[in-house]
Amino acid sequence: MTQEPILTARGLVKRYGRVTALNSCDFDLYPGEILAVIGDNGAGKSTLIKAISGAVVPDEGIIELDGKQVLFKSPIEAREAGIETVYQNLALSPALSIADNMFLGREIRKPGFLGDWLRMLDRPAMEKRARDKLTELGLMTIQNISQAVETLSGGQRQGVAVARAAAFGSKMVIMDEPTAALGVKESRRVLELILDVKKRGLPIVLISHNMPHVFEVADRIHIHRLGRRLCVIDPKQYTMSDAVAFMTGAKLPPEAALAA
Amino acid sequence: MSQVQEFEKALANSETSVAAFDEHGTSLVKRIQHFLHSTPAAVPLIVLVLSIAVFGVTIGGRFFSSYTLTLILQQIAIVGILGAAQTLVILTAGIDLSIGVIMVISAVIMGNCAVTYGLPTLLAVVIGLAAGGACGLLNGLLVAYMKLPPFIVTLGTWNIVMATNFIYSANETIRDADVDVQAPLLHLFGLNFKVGTAVLTFGVIAMVVLVLFLWYVLNHTAWGRHVYAVGDDPEAAKLSGIQTKKVLISVYALAGLIAAFAAWVSIGRNGSISPSAAVTDYNLQAITATVIGGISLFGGRGSILGTLFGAMIVGVVSMGLNMLGADPQWKVLLTGVLIIGAVAIDQWIRKVSV
Repeated sequence: MTQEPILTARGLVKRYGRVTALNSCDFDLYPGEILAVIGDNGAGKSTLIKAISGAVVPDEGIIELDGKQVLFKSPIEAREAGIETVYQNLALSPALSIADNMFLGREIRKPGFLGDWLRMLDRPAMEKRARDKLTELGLMTIQNISQAVETLSGGQRQGVAVARAAAFGSKMVIMDEPTAALGVKESRRVLELILDVKKRGLPIVLISHNMPHVFEVADRIHIHRLGRRLCVIDPKQYTMSDAVAFMTGAKLPPEAALAA
Repeated sequence: MSQVQEFEKALANSETSVAAFDEHGTSLVKRIQHFLHSTPAAVPLIVLVLSIAVFGVTIGGRFFSSYTLTLILQQIAIVGILGAAQTLVILTAGIDLSIGVIMVISAVIMGNCAVTYGLPTLLAVVIGLAAGGACGLLNGLLVAYMKLPPFIVTLGTWNIVMATNFIYSANETIRDADVDVQAPLLHLFGLNFKVGTAVLTFGVIAMVVLVLFLWYVLNHTAWGRHVYAVGDDPEAAKLSGIQTKKVLISVYALAGLIAAFAAWVSIGRNGSISPSAAVTDYNLQAITATVIGGISLFGGRGSILGTLFGAMIVGVVSMGLNMLGADPQWKVLLTGVLIIGAVAIDQWIRKVSV
């Protein structure tokens, strides 16, 4: 690739007591791509993602966003920098409405006296934007934007979480196991959603254990092993069994992929 | 769009109709369940109307008079205000056992400042409010930063504040007459005016205005939505970018401040200021009003209007049984039944799905 990466990480180290979860790990994300991160359980995928999304502060190493060094102390700081994360547990408040959930933590207030002095929320504006965003992503099977999230199905909830990330992410979106809890049909919807978000020009980091899904949508695959990046492969040039062999250590990755 | 994988091709022929369930027979119950789920203050309102109707029929016109009904409001003003404070805390899935004694110590501080030290009454009120807010702030800091369970924190501060109250005041009551002469402003909320035969005190007005104000804040400001989100799922709230610690601290501090405001109202209602009021079970009465009002003890659900109705239900029941000449223990028994009934209904409503 000739483009400059949008986000790079070099030499990330994170230790939990005597366990080294990240051992001098590197990471690159290029504009407009879907980068899948795969690895065995305990390889340190989650820690890597948390370090990028601000949930974990690495002990060593540097992260650069758009060429500028950043150090996120909390997910809020990463969000402000334009990095949105769809968590595995979705991070939605079940009793609140869809619109309230999408704007949780960054509500729109009414203009003028009502908003400035009475701090009144601009519900119509938030509901309109939420509806627009959901329609854009083809999610308008939801009848009522003010219905509580707990009355939605699993796939619909996932859709709301993805729509929220797509609506606010300006640099990149991280998705942690977005299809793990879904049925075949719902998984398909979410994969289409991911490609939709990509079409909008947002790069996506996809963490998944589902090899068919990974090989279908990813442009590049980052294989994580023993706390570091083992290699990055092109899904068109390798098979799923190659990827599994690399990630479990059954086969050594080719030299070319190591350099990538 | 994405290319379809082999095993997914079968989807094309799959049934497109969404799973339909036989709604035969259950639809009305389901619809009621849904209605109650989206309108949490409805249950206490229905119970309130029913209990007024029942006592109205059994007692007759004497109960239905505007005098009696407004008397009930006067009697519940203090518990209603404390219940509003308790509601904020319970919405965050916490509980505040200390607001009753915070109210008493705030009243004692207001009284001492105004009467014993001779400070301007307004200043005395401000000091009392600050003291209540500070107690609440302590609760909030312990809950948010020390991560102690709210029950334990407020059980501790309940005892600490109660003891401080007795040590500081030497258990001396400030007499009604002294307050009247030196600081009539402290009796402000005891003043009443008549509309026909209805008698309203400023305390009753204050309770209603406070509840309406908090209803607005909880439903139409970002802070209010955050209170619900924190009580609903603290982890999700945090990941959504809500500063959960700040929300918790502000909730407990505000609860303390409201308790101190209840102190001012209580001086108006009681006339004198007695430190020994600390042994009264104001806490439990406030929690009772909140629970009967449909606020879920698991957090994140309920409307503060329900708390107002809950306090009114207790007021109506105790007044009604009084007028019937029943043993006062019947009121206690009935309150217990209402509490268990309210929580049972809450659990049932929670089970609503799609």
